[in-house]
Amino acid sequence: MALAARSLKPTAPAGPQSNSTPDFSKDEEFAAYRGMLMIRRFEEKAGQMYGMGLIGGFCHLYIGQEAVVVGMQMAAKDGDEVITGYRDHGHMLACGMDPKGVMAELTGRRGGYSKGKGGSMHMFSKEKHFYGGHGIVGAQVSLGTGLALANWYREDGRVAMTYFGDGAANQGQVYESFNMAELWKLPVVYVIENNRYAMGTSVTRASAQTDFSRRGVSFNIPGEQVDGMDVRAVKAAAERALDFARTGNGPYILEMQTYRYRGHSMSDPAKYRTKDEVSRMRDEHDPIEQVRRRLLETHGMAEDELKGVDGKVREIVNEAAEFATNDAEPDVSELWTDILREAAV
Amino acid sequence: MPTDILMPALSPTMEQGKLAKWLKKEGDTIKSGDILAEIETDKATMEVEAVDEGVLAKILVGDGTDNVAVNTPIGIIAGEGEDASAAVAPKPNGAAHAGASAAPKGEVPAEPAAEQKADESQPPAAPATVPAAPKAPSAVSSPPQPETMSTPEVPEGTEMVMTTVREALRDAMAEEMRRDKDVFVIGEEVAEYQGAYKVTQNLLQEFGPKRVIDTPITEHGFAGLGVGAALAGLKPIVEFMTFNFAMQAIDQIINSAAKTLYMSGGQMGASIVFRGPNGAAARVGAQHSHDYAAWYSNVPGLKVVMPYSAADAKGLLKAAIRDPNPIIFLENEILYGQQMPVPKLDDFVLPIGKARIHRAGRDLTIVSFGIGMTYALKAAEELAKEGIEAEVVDLRTIRPMDIETVIRSVQKTNRCVCVEEGFPQSGVTAEIGMRIMEAAFDYLDAPVARVTGKDVPMPYAANLEKLALPNVGEVIAAAKAVCYR
Repeated sequence: MALAARSLKPTAPAGPQSNSTPDFSKDEEFAAYRGMLMIRRFEEKAGQMYGMGLIGGFCHLYIGQEAVVVGMQMAAKDGDEVITGYRDHGHMLACGMDPKGVMAELTGRRGGYSKGKGGSMHMFSKEKHFYGGHGIVGAQVSLGTGLALANWYREDGRVAMTYFGDGAANQGQVYESFNMAELWKLPVVYVIENNRYAMGTSVTRASAQTDFSRRGVSFNIPGEQVDGMDVRAVKAAAERALDFARTGNGPYILEMQTYRYRGHSMSDPAKYRTKDEVSRMRDEHDPIEQVRRRLLETHGMAEDELKGVDGKVREIVNEAAEFATNDAEPDVSELWTDILREAAV
Repeated sequence: MPTDILMPALSPTMEQGKLAKWLKKEGDTIKSGDILAEIETDKATMEVEAVDEGVLAKILVGDGTDNVAVNTPIGIIAGEGEDASAAVAPKPNGAAHAGASAAPKGEVPAEPAAEQKADESQPPAAPATVPAAPKAPSAVSSPPQPETMSTPEVPEGTEMVMTTVREALRDAMAEEMRRDKDVFVIGEEVAEYQGAYKVTQNLLQEFGPKRVIDTPITEHGFAGLGVGAALAGLKPIVEFMTFNFAMQAIDQIINSAAKTLYMSGGQMGASIVFRGPNGAAARVGAQHSHDYAAWYSNVPGLKVVMPYSAADAKGLLKAAIRDPNPIIFLENEILYGQQMPVPKLDDFVLPIGKARIHRAGRDLTIVSFGIGMTYALKAAEELAKEGIEAEVVDLRTIRPMDIETVIRSVQKTNRCVCVEEGFPQSGVTAEIGMRIMEAAFDYLDAPVARVTGKDVPMPYAANLEKLALPNVGEVIAAAKAVCYR
């Protein structure tokens, strides 16, 4: 996998391009570090709790892909929407949702974001502009394009960031959405998180066109491939894409080349790839380690300072886990609520 | 030999139309392909193209004539030098003439419209073509007359205006769009074409292209866009050209629209209406004839509305647009052209989930909804002639089902027949029967009977289609059976 960023401009101009990865200020590096670390520790804890039987059903961890959503959110403006598929915990934390509420939803407790009725794949926060959390692969692409339609309708200057994976990229409704998004110049950025495996099927076994940045070519949607393990490259590409969409030019595709360290879900033994491949990615491309090294080497932070951050993050995650473990299950009356809203008529 | 020019059918459900204008005069030479006249239906204006050559010897139906039945001779073409007076005299029954000599431009000459089912707005000026007399009386041969609307929703003395179901639906959308700027219409051919079935006529002109949005042919996609916009707080009306095409989009309807409110613990829901024609039209084959009432009725998180009358179509569509939930609004192509009284009120909104006693009676209850009501009402009329007074309940909403009204009626009559065009297995009538058994078993003097569409994909052939659908005779027979008569 080529991890070097490269841009692709099928027909439409794609804004200013830069081949060199832009540098982050110390503050930016620090914010990215903390954001990514929060997701990493949260997911590790979720994995543990799944193993303890506290989390049921499906649980898809985001470990390895943290730079994508953190870099995107660093470029987003307040009010921009986020919608994604089932590997959604990282997106929720990056949107500023409370780790306690997320973890309690994973354990199916009343303090969860959906009162325990949604689970890992189904959480939402209107306040944080997070629109889920969707369990049907690819469905969020049409929905996200619909969020963009609402932005276009209201002319509110917002952009809908619509995330999906290399697997979902083969669903038909993705292209139905691409067509309408470009036709009506809807403010949407499609973020394709290419982590190289759709469950157990590698990209090369599933995709005739493995360059996902070109998936919009026949709709005249510009796209670029981005090193999704480098949070600086992600943020720079996100700025280009969001600006393009926000200024009325229509949709933009970002193929984030990334990698998940864990299996597709907790129940995936991951026999479809070698241990070497995984450890090579961890050792050479880890998104958090990259930032950590720069903070120590370039920005002169002390090891102790970073340990302090790590400690604080662990504390927050532990609190969330404790809350999610001890919170009560939803009241049985909740079985019958939230099916329909009360009509005013 | 002189040839008759016959009034052409322009759509599968057309029975009559208006001869708007002749473009040729008597005595003009006619070549094949010439445009002879313009025909208007409530849906469209079409040109009638000459098939035969000769001279337009005589115009039998003049400009501006309304309600000309399909297959009525409208003019006579004579060969060069032929005597026009030798032409056949105008006959009301076009079926006597072999082969139409004129065809609507751009369309294959249609068969005589499905006489059993189709019923356009007015009593035909000339008797409609009836190739084979149906054994049972036609369900829709007598359009409903203005009635006194004895419902609590309409104040005493309210003026009633005869309105087609199509116009009632359009008026409902227009009124709600004026009221709330978050309401918009999206679908195929809804804007510039004015609606595939002309239900969205003039909405583009009034509200502009941002609120009346033409989509590509992409049901799965635009249904998803609609749900996404609804999650963001807008109130889309998603038109499916027919609900058959909504199968492409059913994942977004069920998994995204219906379940999100519950999955979000009440935090986020979709105020959205999915509407369009549902069920059989006339001879459009198995892929365009499916009645999906039972499918959607199976899903918690949806409301399913299926009106029969024009007034209900208007009042319930307005309620559906205002409702904060996802609504499946099932219309019917054959009902679109029917004219019925609609109360003239500034803001006529009906409650979703309330059935209506359409006709009171003491001997048995007939429960139906949507176009099924046409069979139920006609059967009740026939039964009355034999001294059997049927109470006809129009469910109007399939989900939530107003079973209480049905139960009250059955407690009074002790007998029940349920009627629907959909398939029998796991159908809406199956549900009604079960609910009656649960709630009123001890009141029943006979097992609940049902009349449904037959358990076969809809055939194309006219005779087979007629057999596949319910008919009035079947309803009458079922009614007599539960009355042991």
